[in-house]
Amino acid sequence: MSGPSTYVPKSGFEKWLDTRLPVVRFMNDTLVDFPTPKNLNYWYTFGGILALCLGLQIVTGIILAMHYVPNTALAFDSVERIMRDVNGGWLIRYMHSNGASMFFLAVYIHIFRGLYYGSYKAPREILWGLGVIIFLLMIITAFMGYVLPWGQMSLWGATVITNIVGAVPFVGESIKIWLLGGPAVDNATLNRFFSLHYLLPFVIAGVVILHIWALHVPGNNNPTGVEVQDVKKETLPFHPYYTIKDAFAMCVFMLIFAGFVFYGPNTLGHPDNYIPANNQVTPSHIVPEWYLLPFYAILRAITFDILIIDAKFGGVIAMGGAILILFALPWLDSSKVKSMRYRPVARMWWFAFVLNFLMLAVCGAMPAEPPWTAISLICTIFYFAYFLVVLPVLGVIEKPLTPPASIADSIFQASAAHKKPSQVSPSAVPAE
Amino acid sequence: MKVSLMRRFSLACAVLLVAVTGSGLAFAAGETKAPRPVEGSWEGPLGRFDQAQLQRGFQVYKEVCSSCHSMNLLHYRNLGDEHAPFADPKYPNPNDNPVIKAIAAEYTINASDPDGNTEERPGLPSDKFVSPWENRAQGQAANGGAYPPDLSVIVKARHNGASYVYSLLTGYNKPVPAGKVVPEGKYYNPYMPGGVIAMSEQLADGRIDYADTPANKGIKNTEEQMSKDVVAFLSWASDPHQTARKSTGLGVMAFLLILATFLWFSYKSVWRNVEH
Repeated sequence: MSGPSTYVPKSGFEKWLDTRLPVVRFMNDTLVDFPTPKNLNYWYTFGGILALCLGLQIVTGIILAMHYVPNTALAFDSVERIMRDVNGGWLIRYMHSNGASMFFLAVYIHIFRGLYYGSYKAPREILWGLGVIIFLLMIITAFMGYVLPWGQMSLWGATVITNIVGAVPFVGESIKIWLLGGPAVDNATLNRFFSLHYLLPFVIAGVVILHIWALHVPGNNNPTGVEVQDVKKETLPFHPYYTIKDAFAMCVFMLIFAGFVFYGPNTLGHPDNYIPANNQVTPSHIVPEWYLLPFYAILRAITFDILIIDAKFGGVIAMGGAILILFALPWLDSSKVKSMRYRPVARMWWFAFVLNFLMLAVCGAMPAEPPWTAISLICTIFYFAYFLVVLPVLGVIEKPLTPPASIADSIFQASAAHKKPSQVSPSAVPAE
Repeated sequence: MKVSLMRRFSLACAVLLVAVTGSGLAFAAGETKAPRPVEGSWEGPLGRFDQAQLQRGFQVYKEVCSSCHSMNLLHYRNLGDEHAPFADPKYPNPNDNPVIKAIAAEYTINASDPDGNTEERPGLPSDKFVSPWENRAQGQAANGGAYPPDLSVIVKARHNGASYVYSLLTGYNKPVPAGKVVPEGKYYNPYMPGGVIAMSEQLADGRIDYADTPANKGIKNTEEQMSKDVVAFLSWASDPHQTARKSTGLGVMAFLLILATFLWFSYKSVWRNVEH
């Protein structure tokens, strides 16, 4: 889709630069002229929103790191000092802590959008895989970031999660001690988590560049799932068409973000994290941040031994598998039709999958006792079944609707339907 | 089509969100009674502190709470910061504020003189709130093993913190449910998780005397009133920049709203001739 470059250097300097390091050409081809399908809806604005989130987290994070002290005796107070004595510190800190939540909100929408429109299917498998890597890095980064304020949930969340490494047979305990820098979560752990929490966002930024590169080779998918056939008729230059649309979406997103930062900065957090960490007092109920609850539920869903695998290690495998299985998705979904707009049965399953994922989040927030253990297990089984059974089988047995012959066709039909609803056959209108 | 997908999805999300928060609260409540709403003037997006109430609240903390509870994250100067209990526009630097100086000077600070000898000197606005205990062990020993928690961020550190502290302070002298065992030297309080608390009732009617100022006209030193006042003070202390935050937020939201409107019309204008 990137095709031949249409950039023409104008000034003498641009010509000089273009024959040495064509960075202006690159920016032009990526952000200005890049041909983008005309029919992208608002669900496609979350890529840009995510870039904004990453940028905000890095900028606020760098400022926080100037004031934060990674020492178990001082960390909690240093965070409070930022909020009390550093000029504008409360804003920076609340933006960073709520920014993590907003980042995950956006990434979940982005991922589920990809699942709905089949954006993971050929020729975008690498693009999808890179996205999964980013998601995985985000989880690790967010988890480590939550440890830094050194409240009760920081300490005990870290203890619970690092304990799962210890569940790996034979080598688990040694790996755990190596990761923690000691037998328990303590100062050494806090120091290395801080170091890695600062490092990983830049790794994410690197993978994001690859992600965008991998996007710009095949070009955007679109709600019809039909590839672009006529660049002139079916695409628009990214700028100004999508820069302005993304800017509007970002602004609306920022409104929601600001609502949290200014009027409910602690709504998404857990009050226990304002109690300084104390390794002698276990909180009655240890929970991760909301955005990790579904995976926490999967971790706790396995409460029985499977042959030689004990329950604890089984949970670790399930949780890891829940993310790793996404890598295999492009090859698990056997359907020839990409977009679920034309797959009425798959679409129902997709909705069920989203609800199931939200249900897992509920389970993760609940104590590990009946009936939640049973519900967690059912939801976990469905989570895996969606990828391992539903999508592979549906592609074979489902009778999809006929997608439009081209994006141009779909746009023509949609606008015709808009003008004269009676003259368009119902099958031509995507039922959504 | 887009609308319907979005609507269905949002509806499903909303239902689950309600389920999550609802069940979460139900769990948090457990055996414990849900707190009575404090209905403070500072609550809500437009809520603001009443300065006279903050001053009364500080008085309650100083005369009652501070004999057992530290507030290690606060300095005396904080009391004179913008929107703080003793904020005074005449003294943008709270260290110059005579009220703050006087409050700090009531305390004795153990410090070192230039020769390295220990000396006792009157407190300065730059000093931290003096803790009632030398260390944690001392606090525990003096309170039957239960360390009185630091109150600096207590309102942020509890679910629905302001209402919780308010309910706890006014939640004494309730009939003990049948079968509930309250150990010797402990007290029954239905708002405390587990129902048993080491702190006795502190703010019985008339416990302290409020100054007879115009701002305090009609204010009685009842348990309700003193509890509400100290909760106002503790809410401020937990998040001292909340007033600035809310008013900044108003500007930010207004700006974003106007910007969004402009962007929307720009978007419409850029796309006006495009079939999509």
